[in-house]
Amino acid sequence: MKATCWMGTRDIEIRDVPDPRILNHRDAIVRVTSTAICGSDLHLYNGFIPGLEHGDILGHEFMGEVVDVGPEVKNLKKGDRVVVPFPIACGACWQCEHGLYAACENSNPNAWVAEKMWGRSPAGIFGYSHVLGGFAGGQAEYARVPFADVGPLKIDDDLTDDQVLFLSDIFPTGYMGAEMANIQPGDTVAVWGCGPVGQFAIASAYMLGAERVIAIDRFPYRLEMARDKAGADVINYEETDVLDALEEMTGGRGPDACIDAVGMEGHGHGFQYAYDRAKQAVRAETGRPIALREAILSCRSGGTVSVIGVYGGFLDKFPMGAVLNRGLTIRAGQCHVHRYMKPLLERIRNGDIDPSFVITHHMDLEDAAAGYEIFNEKHEHCEKVVLRA
Amino acid sequence: MDTPHPPDTQQRWTSSAGLEGRDAPGARPGRYAPELDDDRIHDRLDEGEGLARVLGWFSIGLGVAQTLAPDTLTRLVGAVPTETTRNTMRAVGAREIITGIGILANPDPSEWVKARIAGDAMDLSLLGRSLGNGERDRTAGAMVAVLGAAALDLNAARRLGSSSRAREVQTPRDPIRGIRVHKSMTIRRPVDEVYAFWRDFENLPRFMRHLETVEVLDGKRSRWKAKAPAGLSVSWEAVITEERPNELIAWRSAKGATVENAGVVWFRPAPGDRGTEIHVRLHYDPPGGRLTSTLALLFREEPGQQVKDDLRAFKQMMEVGEVVVSDATVSRGPHPGRPPGGEEEQS
Repeated sequence: MKATCWMGTRDIEIRDVPDPRILNHRDAIVRVTSTAICGSDLHLYNGFIPGLEHGDILGHEFMGEVVDVGPEVKNLKKGDRVVVPFPIACGACWQCEHGLYAACENSNPNAWVAEKMWGRSPAGIFGYSHVLGGFAGGQAEYARVPFADVGPLKIDDDLTDDQVLFLSDIFPTGYMGAEMANIQPGDTVAVWGCGPVGQFAIASAYMLGAERVIAIDRFPYRLEMARDKAGADVINYEETDVLDALEEMTGGRGPDACIDAVGMEGHGHGFQYAYDRAKQAVRAETGRPIALREAILSCRSGGTVSVIGVYGGFLDKFPMGAVLNRGLTIRAGQCHVHRYMKPLLERIRNGDIDPSFVITHHMDLEDAAAGYEIFNEKHEHCEKVVLRA
Repeated sequence: MDTPHPPDTQQRWTSSAGLEGRDAPGARPGRYAPELDDDRIHDRLDEGEGLARVLGWFSIGLGVAQTLAPDTLTRLVGAVPTETTRNTMRAVGAREIITGIGILANPDPSEWVKARIAGDAMDLSLLGRSLGNGERDRTAGAMVAVLGAAALDLNAARRLGSSSRAREVQTPRDPIRGIRVHKSMTIRRPVDEVYAFWRDFENLPRFMRHLETVEVLDGKRSRWKAKAPAGLSVSWEAVITEERPNELIAWRSAKGATVENAGVVWFRPAPGDRGTEIHVRLHYDPPGGRLTSTLALLFREEPGQQVKDDLRAFKQMMEVGEVVVSDATVSRGPHPGRPPGGEEEQS
């Protein structure tokens, strides 16, 4: 089959690889119909995630048709149309039973590596390095889906791939970002990053009762989407100082909740940005937490900072003094996608939201390399690339 | 250090006679026995020494303050500064610094801690004399503080004393050779189920990566065969030395084992309905001793890691029915996670 392979930093190739097969009793094989490039794939593309090997298949946002199931998969059959959540979860361990699917204790066969880096291991993730299991990703013609009786969501009706594909990651991720932000009616919420996850965080913040959402980015086309499609007020940080603007826009209180949908490759300007860029380049810190620092410094005292942008290791100049002295709550996490899929599918079906509004590019799987480049460079006003396999 | 176990489990451990190894044919006396005692002694040692270190630094800090600002300190304890108090304060400060350094620099600081106790007595008598002139409240407060410090000193001295004694008892024994591993895992299944699966030793190769077969010979004895480095395999006979259903299984290798080993696996309900905690203590002496294990470490085959990986696989067996794999963890050569021609370097 054809698959999108990581051949090195900013080097993606479509290669012919062996077809996946059933390895565990609860596996399914899915013929991928649609798959997307995630903002977090760009961290892999740019070589910032450790534990990737040449030839690894990328992709954790995918859906398709079940073509084979293991003997223990009773709820799916050949021909079913499914969306696959990006974390792999067993459904049986303590974490899964408590809805913490992204912290599944059984789904990372390389847990020992993750333990060395992070103390304990989270769930395995499709196509997201050997630290998270060495699972082949879904930007391919076929994918092996472990614990297929737990994760995949069957889509019975005539909703299009574009409408439901993002249930695999970015819609639930944005939604969980807003949910973790503890939004109360009347709250003002600030969202850093107007990539697809940021867009869904904005939309979800409104769903959860925010009165006003302020979106922060540097690309006018992304800010435009946040304003026109998701309904946010916007700040372009290349034109305005973010902290000053938020101060002004919230009458000096600061946003009640701040959502970091940027993660480890934040941009900024001035000395701080140069400093982080330099340290990250020599691997002396693993992330540039520019958005996170701003989120913490601007948040209302007693407010919540919710982190859904991806971080991998260690950060410099983390303003813990502000967190403690102003009583902030910080919440973070890879999304426990499984618990949001059904309720959010209902929202889509009810017409509350059509997630396809973030798609700017449809391409063939064959053109994945170009897709990565366009998305990474923000060419052609790229917001979201969907690949047809 | 010791993993936290409730006192009752500790008790069982020590009473688990089979571990003592005295009756183990071929095992050198005391070989496995000191394991627990040792840990306890270290705990106690650490406690006493930790406190002594704190006291050492406290001495130095106080001494420096007394030497540099004798009048301030004099006022602080409620006395009126004079030439005499200044000199006394500096002398006491010098004493504090010397004891402090003595405690910190000495591997066995117990004598120096005793010197601190003598110093406390001296300070109390000095303060007692100054109770008449100056501020009584402050002086009384200072005396209470010195009494507090004296209590800590006595405590540290007592602990250090007892551990030195313990150390004396310990010295005649053989130092422990070989490798000791402690690992634990929580499994979301009831204790009886977890125990029963483990107790059926022939199940073990299903999740222990290095184990090829286990053959049960009778109620107590079994024959184990494991993969060894460089494609070799080793086998040995194991004897159950103690067994308490749903609590623990202890074993040791029989005479003549290439890899002498002994250990205990115990099972206890995890708090909050979280299933079963399984704790493994394993002690073994591979051919080549520590050198082998250091080499093995270079190839990720570090024993603690092996046991942890095996326990994780056991957890998967119990919770999801099989060991979970990915393409990258089961395949050598090309597979969906690594196409033909893909270089195998780590990024």
